[in-house]
Amino acid sequence: MAVDTVTATAPPAAAPQPKRRNRRSRRTPTRVGWLFILPNVLGFVAFTLIPLIAGLGIAFTDWNVVSGLSGIDFVGLKNFQVLLTDTKFWESVLRTLFFAGITVPGTMILGVLLALALNRDVPGKIALRTIFFIPHIVSSIAVGMVWLLLLNPQSGVVNLGLGRLGVSDPPDWLVSQTWGLPSLVLISIWSGVGYCAIIYLAALQSMPPDLLEAAKLDGANAFQRFTTVIWPALMPTTTFLAVTMLISHSQGFGLIAFLTGGGPGDSTTVLSYYMYSEGFQFYRFGYAAAIGVMSFIGVLILTAILWRFQKGRGLYT
Amino acid sequence: MSSRPVALSRAHRRRRTTTLVTKIGSGAGLWALAALFILPFVWMLSSSLKRNIDVFAVPVRWIPDPVQWSNYVEVWLGDQSMLRYFGNSLLVTGVSVTGDLITASMAGYAFALLSFKGRDKVFLIYLATAIVPYQLLLVPRFMFFQQLGLYDTLWALILPGIFTLFGTFLLRQFFIACPPELGEAARIDGAGEWAVFWRVYLPQAKPMLAALAIIRFVGSWNDYETPLVMLSDERKYTVPLGLTQFIDAEGGLSAGLAMAASVSSVIPILIVFLIFQRQFVAALAHAGLK
Repeated sequence: MAVDTVTATAPPAAAPQPKRRNRRSRRTPTRVGWLFILPNVLGFVAFTLIPLIAGLGIAFTDWNVVSGLSGIDFVGLKNFQVLLTDTKFWESVLRTLFFAGITVPGTMILGVLLALALNRDVPGKIALRTIFFIPHIVSSIAVGMVWLLLLNPQSGVVNLGLGRLGVSDPPDWLVSQTWGLPSLVLISIWSGVGYCAIIYLAALQSMPPDLLEAAKLDGANAFQRFTTVIWPALMPTTTFLAVTMLISHSQGFGLIAFLTGGGPGDSTTVLSYYMYSEGFQFYRFGYAAAIGVMSFIGVLILTAILWRFQKGRGLYT
Repeated sequence: MSSRPVALSRAHRRRRTTTLVTKIGSGAGLWALAALFILPFVWMLSSSLKRNIDVFAVPVRWIPDPVQWSNYVEVWLGDQSMLRYFGNSLLVTGVSVTGDLITASMAGYAFALLSFKGRDKVFLIYLATAIVPYQLLLVPRFMFFQQLGLYDTLWALILPGIFTLFGTFLLRQFFIACPPELGEAARIDGAGEWAVFWRVYLPQAKPMLAALAIIRFVGSWNDYETPLVMLSDERKYTVPLGLTQFIDAEGGLSAGLAMAASVSSVIPILIVFLIFQRQFVAALAHAGLK
């Protein structure tokens, strides 16, 4: 791609600011630079930027897919007005807060404990690390498939096992109004713990050992060492995990679509699933886009709060 | 990784005084916990070789008897054929990951090491859209592909996968740490811009490219939401979507088949992961630690 046209350019171009040892000092001809980013930029514009802008625009329309492009009806803020009085929307907001609010911290707390345990010399450390991580790399559908069978209220191993242990009235798990969402929380924590542990473990291992040594010499016990040295040093990692997991757990709908389809009733209809079902089951695209926008704004606000919270707490900030 | 052995051995000497008992104790505790994570998969494997009536037996019989190999035959060669789902998934994953490696490394390199008009503005736009979750893009992408006539084709899965922000950011981060002098030296020797990229810098990035390939492979292979939205014809299903066919069809009665299909779907991921585990984890940690 354009190899020979550019050979002539190199050295003299460095002239303008020879003293700055900055990598910006040498300018590349605009055309050459653009040729390098062009394939990526074209794809970005077509599949991310335009859909994003369109998605924002669709939220202000009333558009049913059946009517095609001509069926676009600009309705201003109507979708958002309807949303604000839509109890189903607010209920799914609460469910999302419940789901993400338990899954994210739960996964992270277990993950950091696991990382601390794996950071010591335990027999079979590498094998252990792999085992905890496997649920994370396996597709959520394969994972869901196993749990669907294991958690079957009548014939699943879990309830039959509980029955043998003398539990007379075990929960109906995924098919129960009360236990549906908690079951999803448990499955999500189960699949995410290993990921958190691996990231925390990497952070622990990149910590300067002298820090801990110094704390030990000062006579700090294990708990004090954790609260005063380790946890502050892990703060950037914690923020990173909190933000990325908050986004993925508030936006993902795959596992729910497969395991419960939002039910029974609406008991597992979180915001992301509500958007999916409005858009792709009822083809109310305008409304679905509006839900998406609201959910994104919510995530942005929560992220900003997390960011603020981290500031001034991290060891290195 | 490099500073660890020192730290470990230092800690080790210090800890020698602590009793062996606590060590074995914490090891046993961890392994007991690990059982909770691995046993569902063992159960999946064991059930995949059982008759349906044996799958739900309690206490669990971990060794199937009789061994039902026919589950796999049916899953792979039956009406709903894993063979077809695998073919679709390999095509989607292969093309999109290869394409992503190419476009992301070129762009990542240019954003990091070339300096040209408009670069920073473009990158700013990239950054601004980085935190937009892709689920938000599903509705407009769906409509876009429908207008283009690409709905219900594998292109609807492949095309967005070729251009990921994640790949571009990861490689930009890598190239930005590369010394610019390398390229300068090559340019003085008369190398063109493409040669500087292709022969000087790209070979340096091999470990990062491998890591990106693995992360994207896993993500693309496991993706359920995009095909759920973009495909309707069962013959075009990729593996995760195809997997659900084994439950929907007979309402959970075909548990043995469902597990055989699940095991089949997991195997490529497991192989890739076990081989490239180190690079995979290093890249994830790199993304996490910045």
